[in-house]
Amino acid sequence: MKLEQMYQEIILDHYRHPHRSGLREPFDAESYQINPTCGDEVTLRVALDGDRVADVSYDAIGCSISQAATSVLTDLVVGRTVAESATTMDAFMEMVQSRGKVEPDEKVLEDAVAFAGVSQYPSRVKCALLGWMAFKDAVGRAEAGSSNNGAQRTEAQ
Amino acid sequence: MTGQLTTGQLNASELEKIRADFPILSRTVRDSRPLVYLDSGATSQRPRQVLDAERAFLEQHNAAVHRGAHQLAEEATDAYESARARIAAFVGAEPDEVVFTKNATEAINLVAYALSNSAVAGGAAERFALAPGDEIVITEMEHHANLVPWQELCRRTGAVLRWYQVTDDGRLDLDSLELSERTKVVAFTHQSNVMGTVPPVAELVRRARAVGALTVLDACQSVPHTPVDFAALDVDFAAFSGHKMLGPSGVGVLYGRRELLEALPPFLTGGSMIEIVKMEGSTYAPPPQRFEAGVPMTSQAVGLGAAVDYLSAIGMERVAAHEYALTEQALTGLSEIDGVRIIGPSDCVDRGGAVSFMIGDVHAHDAGQVLDDLGIAVRASHHCAWPLHRRFGIAASVRASFAVYNTPAEIDALLAGVQEVRRFFRVPA
Repeated sequence: MKLEQMYQEIILDHYRHPHRSGLREPFDAESYQINPTCGDEVTLRVALDGDRVADVSYDAIGCSISQAATSVLTDLVVGRTVAESATTMDAFMEMVQSRGKVEPDEKVLEDAVAFAGVSQYPSRVKCALLGWMAFKDAVGRAEAGSSNNGAQRTEAQ
Repeated sequence: MTGQLTTGQLNASELEKIRADFPILSRTVRDSRPLVYLDSGATSQRPRQVLDAERAFLEQHNAAVHRGAHQLAEEATDAYESARARIAAFVGAEPDEVVFTKNATEAINLVAYALSNSAVAGGAAERFALAPGDEIVITEMEHHANLVPWQELCRRTGAVLRWYQVTDDGRLDLDSLELSERTKVVAFTHQSNVMGTVPPVAELVRRARAVGALTVLDACQSVPHTPVDFAALDVDFAAFSGHKMLGPSGVGVLYGRRELLEALPPFLTGGSMIEIVKMEGSTYAPPPQRFEAGVPMTSQAVGLGAAVDYLSAIGMERVAAHEYALTEQALTGLSEIDGVRIIGPSDCVDRGGAVSFMIGDVHAHDAGQVLDDLGIAVRASHHCAWPLHRRFGIAASVRASFAVYNTPAEIDALLAGVQEVRRFFRVPA
């Protein structure tokens, strides 16, 4: 059965006990993303400290795959640089969109390799990516904000 | 669809014979599981008779209809118009009251755009023009196809969109809205595609008539499942799709009362729909041609004609009785399972065969995934009725929807599947 391959224990654990959930202050940018086919939504905040991701907080309504993927995301990016996070995101996207054809790199993806089974179900790929889309968008906004409001940010530091 | 229709059900051997007409129903999915197809509300499967009719048309008679004087053109036109006549008879309409469209969505858009085009069409169409402050009334249980086109019509004309609300048990709340002299259109579903609810059509038509408003009926979920007579329902317009009634995709129908179609300006313009064309301007053909611009779909119309023949041969009363029994079995079974919440009426009164539900707090996607793994095809989403889901405080639901080819054993499979969802996601008793 493919079902257990997709719903690995690690995914169900994150779903039942999500890491870093809830919206927190301070943050540099926020993104709201929605999956129009099922109505799932996530509001995700990013706080940057220089080029590092200091915190990711979120409020989400969604299926186990989207909830768990967002929870795992926070484990993978908080404390890392924005550039490292982007590499991880690219690897994650490549894996879940591969229809099972890409062997995931556990060194890069860590717990997120559990989502390899999702790539067998094209209709669930969007679920796995919802939080990542929000993260990508929020980081983009935070970086744009920091260059626009450089003086202010320097002052705050 | 009403409480009276419990006689004349299909017996097991008749049902077996019907199923044998649908090749896809004998295939397996997901590791050799027999397919249990409970998603006919999204699209139905097609019997060999429909597939054969399409193929025979394409192999023997294919040509562009309503143009050309060669033999194939005549045969193709005859096949197309014969399909129109049989489809019209199936829903209590005259042939010239049936307009072929791409699907029901296009049919409703056709009405909405023809109404806004009325403002500049002049002549008999002027009475349809909407002014700022006029009202278009819909319901909270509409499919997006009978909601978004009206939002857009309001945006184009300055009219205001209002809606009847839905009660906690999934019925239309007739006390939630008063129509007024400003109400110009009342558009509503004949059967909720989520909850199966059949609103009180006669009362809604009576109220609309009393204020001189046009009525538009979304009949997508009724025409495939129960006898429908648009003339008897006394609605002004109605829409349905071929692919939900054992027919092909790419063909739908707009029904319009003859005198209204005669007075309405066109939506899409171009070839086929004209009377006289000059460089300075054009005049338009009488309906239904006025609303069928360009070379229309032909094998699809012929296939839909075959679908109507197929349903008529079984008899729509018996189709309705069969689906009523399936719906009752599903509702009874689901209500006996701990943690299951039915979205909409939990009894079979004024209700059709679309059953949406939640299993504990398991997300519909996750529940649908487990059912899919068992070979059970259901829909897991907001079913293009997002405001309705919001009204019930949920993002999505699981929907099982039935057709004439479904069996009591398949309902049992669904109920067992729901138990498996509970086990897999540890839903508390």
